[in-house]
Amino acid sequence: MIARDFAAALLDPDLPVPAGLTGPQAQPAGRRFGVYRNNVAVSLTRALEDGFPVLRALLGAEFFAAMAGVFLRRHPPDSALLMHYGQDMPAFLAAFPPVAHLPYLPDVARLELALRRAYHAADAAPVPAQRLMALAPDRLAAARLRLAPAVAVIRSAHPLHAIWLAAQAPAERRRFSGAEDVAVLRPGFDPVVRLLPPGGAAFILAVQGGDAIAAAVAAGGADLDLAATLALLVEGQAITELEETD
Amino acid sequence: MRDSLPQSLPPAPGVGYKPQHFDDLLADPGPVRWLEIHAENYMGDGGRPLAQLARLAERFAISVHGVGLSIGGQAPPDAEHLARLRRLCDRLEPASFSEHLAWSTHDGTFLNDLLPLPYSRATLARVCDHIDTVQSALGRRMLLENPSVYLAFAETEMDEIAFLTEIAHRTGCGLLLDVNNVQVSCTNLQTDAAAYIDAFPLHLVGEVHLGGHDRDADDAGAVLLIDAHATPVDHAVWALYRRAIARGGPRPTLIEWDNDVPDWPVLRDEAALADAVLRVPA
Repeated sequence: MIARDFAAALLDPDLPVPAGLTGPQAQPAGRRFGVYRNNVAVSLTRALEDGFPVLRALLGAEFFAAMAGVFLRRHPPDSALLMHYGQDMPAFLAAFPPVAHLPYLPDVARLELALRRAYHAADAAPVPAQRLMALAPDRLAAARLRLAPAVAVIRSAHPLHAIWLAAQAPAERRRFSGAEDVAVLRPGFDPVVRLLPPGGAAFILAVQGGDAIAAAVAAGGADLDLAATLALLVEGQAITELEETD
Repeated sequence: MRDSLPQSLPPAPGVGYKPQHFDDLLADPGPVRWLEIHAENYMGDGGRPLAQLARLAERFAISVHGVGLSIGGQAPPDAEHLARLRRLCDRLEPASFSEHLAWSTHDGTFLNDLLPLPYSRATLARVCDHIDTVQSALGRRMLLENPSVYLAFAETEMDEIAFLTEIAHRTGCGLLLDVNNVQVSCTNLQTDAAAYIDAFPLHLVGEVHLGGHDRDADDAGAVLLIDAHATPVDHAVWALYRRAIARGGPRPTLIEWDNDVPDWPVLRDEAALADAVLRVPA
């Protein structure tokens, strides 16, 4: 079956050019097959470069391209929707020996995947902030929030937000420490990354899971900065429904 | 011979839409009357891509061009992908939908290239089945594009034009004539591009593509043209295009420029060159 051999040889440069492929004079296809091999590798490498610009900035263009060559052969796309290509990148990075000394990279990859999902997520109009502010505390505690489809939380054991900022301005050398959770929000059409205050990640995840505000506050723990978390969600146009319960 | 098929795209220039041209395109479209989008880039749930597209669709006719259905593949088109395509077409009501005589998915792996197939009775039957599936899933007639190829198959039993024509007759689909692909394939397989144009069933053609190619060489040093869409349309391709339009009459004509995309005025000027050809009385 020529298509099977063709597909396998595209991704594995060590396999021979499949039989039955020729040039115009019936000579072996040789470099002509190489055009297809090159198209596949170059186009998927470009998709990964477009999809993970911050990883690329952190690792350097040359290293990233070489790593993309390894990744695309181990994890070729399983869908024509290249906008979501690279779901395996966090796990790949966690197990890729050349980057073992950079344990925060999988979280950066998760963040970039969340940004892409946010960019293409369904539109949703935010509820006016006044409605939230107007609620008495006991009514607020009993209410449920629905968040925009674009909203995502990335919990990290690393200073993810500081790493993120540093990748935008690589000239600045800083030392990082601590654990930072971040949120991806999409006010309008451009996703943003925000550092979450203490307890914020657990709170948002509980809200996304359908908890009423009181339960989500409990999930956020003793350190939760509720005011800061709600302000960040409002500013990020993340709250799309406010459901009061009686 | 004049077209007898219904054409929903205007017989005028269009361009492959690039988001960086959004503002310029609305401010100064020049002769551009329609836009082509790659379906797969607009299969998200929302956000800027779909919002921009909705604005553009108020002003321009839209052609949806798929690059991921793998019509020439072993397996039938993916049902989930077809459903996404249907959703996009329902949202946009495009003037045209087209795909390629090529495959891109094998055994669930998407290879992101338009890969060639042998032209045999077996592949003919399979491609026709896949096109039937697509046309019934979308509830519309599609156009099938001739590919760029770099090699030949020992298995091939018929020439490309006979293959495409038979597909059109069996499935009722129309054809998309990519003149750059004709120049690329005919050069690479050392056949006569002008003869190809002269033999092509232009009455089945609902759209024409023009684009740039790069130049490389095979192992023996023979010229190998690469369908790169990164440069202006080559003079040899313009000559073939004029030949096709002189014989078949004006057709909706797309300028494709997908890599190293230039500033808007450069693309607009390419469209103006196509416009000049379309306006010459045959």
